[in-house]
Amino acid sequence: MKRLLDVLREDCALTGTKEGCGEGECGACTVLIDGEAVNSCLVPFAQVRGCAVTTIEGLAGAEALQSAFIREGGAQCGICTPGMILAAVALPKGAGLQDIRRGLAGNICRCTGYEGIYRSLRAAAIPRGAAD
Amino acid sequence: MPAVGRNVLRKEGQGKVTGAAKYVDDLSFPGMLHGTTIRSTIPSGRILSIRLEFDPAGWVVAGARDVPGKNVIALIEDDQPCLADGRVRHVAEPILLLAHEDREALVGARVSIDYDPETPVYDPADSPRIFKEIRIEKGDLGRGFSRADRIVEGEYRTGHQEQLYIECNGVIALPENGGITVYGSLQCPYYVHKALVVLLGLPPEKVRVVQTETGGGFGGKEEYPSMLAGHAAILALKAGRPVKMVYDRVEDMLATTKRHPSIVRHRTGVTAGGRIVAMDIDVLMDGGAYLTLSPVVLSRGVLHATGPYRCDDLRVHGRVTMTNTPPNGAFRGFGAPQTLFAAEVHMERIAEALEMDPVRLRELNLFRPGDTTATGQILGGDCSAAEVLREAVARTGFEARRRALSGTNAGIGLSLFFHGSGFTGGGEVRLASRASLALTPTGARILVGSTEIGQGTRTIHAQIVADALGIPYENVEVSEADTACVPDSGPTVASRTCMVVGKILENCALEMKARLGPLSPARYLELHGPLVVTREYEKPAELEWSDETYRGDAYGAYGWGCNVAEVERDPDTFEIRPIRLTAVCEIGKAIHPTLAAGQIEGGTAQGIGYAILEEVVFRDGAMANAQMTNYVVPTTLDTPPIDVVILESAYPHGPHGAKGIGEMPIDGPAPAIVNAIRHMGVDLRQIPATPERVMEASCVSP
Repeated sequence: MKRLLDVLREDCALTGTKEGCGEGECGACTVLIDGEAVNSCLVPFAQVRGCAVTTIEGLAGAEALQSAFIREGGAQCGICTPGMILAAVALPKGAGLQDIRRGLAGNICRCTGYEGIYRSLRAAAIPRGAAD
Repeated sequence: MPAVGRNVLRKEGQGKVTGAAKYVDDLSFPGMLHGTTIRSTIPSGRILSIRLEFDPAGWVVAGARDVPGKNVIALIEDDQPCLADGRVRHVAEPILLLAHEDREALVGARVSIDYDPETPVYDPADSPRIFKEIRIEKGDLGRGFSRADRIVEGEYRTGHQEQLYIECNGVIALPENGGITVYGSLQCPYYVHKALVVLLGLPPEKVRVVQTETGGGFGGKEEYPSMLAGHAAILALKAGRPVKMVYDRVEDMLATTKRHPSIVRHRTGVTAGGRIVAMDIDVLMDGGAYLTLSPVVLSRGVLHATGPYRCDDLRVHGRVTMTNTPPNGAFRGFGAPQTLFAAEVHMERIAEALEMDPVRLRELNLFRPGDTTATGQILGGDCSAAEVLREAVARTGFEARRRALSGTNAGIGLSLFFHGSGFTGGGEVRLASRASLALTPTGARILVGSTEIGQGTRTIHAQIVADALGIPYENVEVSEADTACVPDSGPTVASRTCMVVGKILENCALEMKARLGPLSPARYLELHGPLVVTREYEKPAELEWSDETYRGDAYGAYGWGCNVAEVERDPDTFEIRPIRLTAVCEIGKAIHPTLAAGQIEGGTAQGIGYAILEEVVFRDGAMANAQMTNYVVPTTLDTPPIDVVILESAYPHGPHGAKGIGEMPIDGPAPAIVNAIRHMGVDLRQIPATPERVMEASCVSP
């Protein structure tokens, strides 16, 4: 049976979801299934029957976070970025640095050393103008 | 307001955060086939027979005899075949190519190959073939040692390291206009172009290479894409249809290049007061089965082997040899992380032998402006070894922390390092890179073959051009890296994209500004028509280098770095956990401070992986842990807070004083961490510092 990742990329032409390892280690293929961050390379397609699947293309309301990823160096090469943003969206509200580190531990970024990603999350959590 | 020095909005950001950016696997062309590679399963031997175990109807099959031109990957020497012809020299060497329109069909295609195996060589010290040997001599080694009160010796080892870009290697080749067009994830479009011209026997204008959005490179997409593009092109030309080849993670790790393993021996003469008076250094690197870039990796390795320390009487001898393993190649740092690891761990052992404070020992010996390097290069006023050391020690309260942690299950250590920016002296002259700037109605468009692979190439180039032209940053556009329309600005490697290519672009912009005079761009175009300014690399007059004697100015400029690492050792598992890492880097000028910090943070994290986590296990000539489950790179939980400090001491020939930045950050973490482990009384001389190694070293240490 096809993986959810293949159905998204090939049948739905939603190529924002990336394949990095195909074994659930890197998190580049992270999508939200009913709001929970999941590696779509490990999910047989049939398993999402009746579920809401959100990919980076369908993510709404995260513009501040996406913009912060550009401004604060959260994205470098960008290949882990869609998965990283979806995993970040699924973090509990008001997560502190340790919660963030635990919550993003399944999403590997080889470019940033994660500091830029933490900066992006901090910047997006602050209402615009409040930090100035 | 000037753009340089400000965190302007990145040119290359938007598509990456919305999923709109197209990486090679996101592209598809009508009639496209999927290709795969049949590889050797033995490390060395002759191929006796090849049999397809499937019905070839509907398949395209290509072997060495289908290579239209010369069956080599043209790079430094033409010793590596694109497809094995009668013999294999490493596991995973490509032998046969298959393509089919159904990607799933590739999985089931079986090919049987019979071999006459030969005894493989795995020990680089026992190799019948030396790819390259380099000697650097300065002063009189005998005289140096005669002045020494103590001689400290040691051997240091580093392993392979996998680049582990999150996007695997991939290309699509299209037969087009009587030639070939290749779209791919790659760092150096003109390397691929040059290789395809030779491999396919096509005139240069019939080969076009276009970089797609690239999901990380770190050197791993410097030379290897020439191989993969060659394979896809051979299949595409034979099929007369587009062919996509994208590796999965296992194939990428098994078959593509890694960092060269090294064995470095130091024999150092020191006075009782701590002055280094003689250095005898031997560097051995494992090149793998073919030469690829090994001579250049060795060159950078030996040129950094002394560490940033002054010594009048020294000898560095380096060799890179053949083994029957997949060729090792470019990886951020390019030979320097290996030799700097040895130099800095050795430095700590010298301090121990002299019972001297390690900071004091470094202060006594570090390079200062006016000192000469191993090759006789006189360092300029921007030499910042003392400044980065002072800053790192002060910022971390190093001395007090060292006292506080003594005798605990935690330690603190430092490393001092430097990194040459750009190709070696002769290298930039030979490259003769060119960059162009085209006038647009509102500003200018940059035309370079330098690629954006995450570092922010387009942004920093646009900043430099905007300020030189005196126009807003927003009015500078950047063309995509497509060999059909950009000049060869050299490879995107060696920390040269800002310092070298940025400078050529600055010269283009200054010339364009002079040509415009008082006219606006729109007015100029109206009156005079299109304007494209092209400039070539200009060697600073004072730089002199000889490849024959290895004397002279090895690099135009050096960046300077000091890392301080604090680590804990788990008393039960012997696991080393980094607590914090401070990275002080002097880089001339941070064109874009956030991007510059990103390079330092990312390179530092890769260096932490190199130090403690990333172990490539070879078994019978093949990587035994070729998957992310057991080749472990740092996650959020493995990466400590990284405190970055950027210092600026201008290089007169860099744009706005900028030097290189990309590679240097990976030089420092491994020795700093191993020196922190040494602070706990553990004599470790090899990375990665896995729990097994730390346990072994802990048990023999006093």
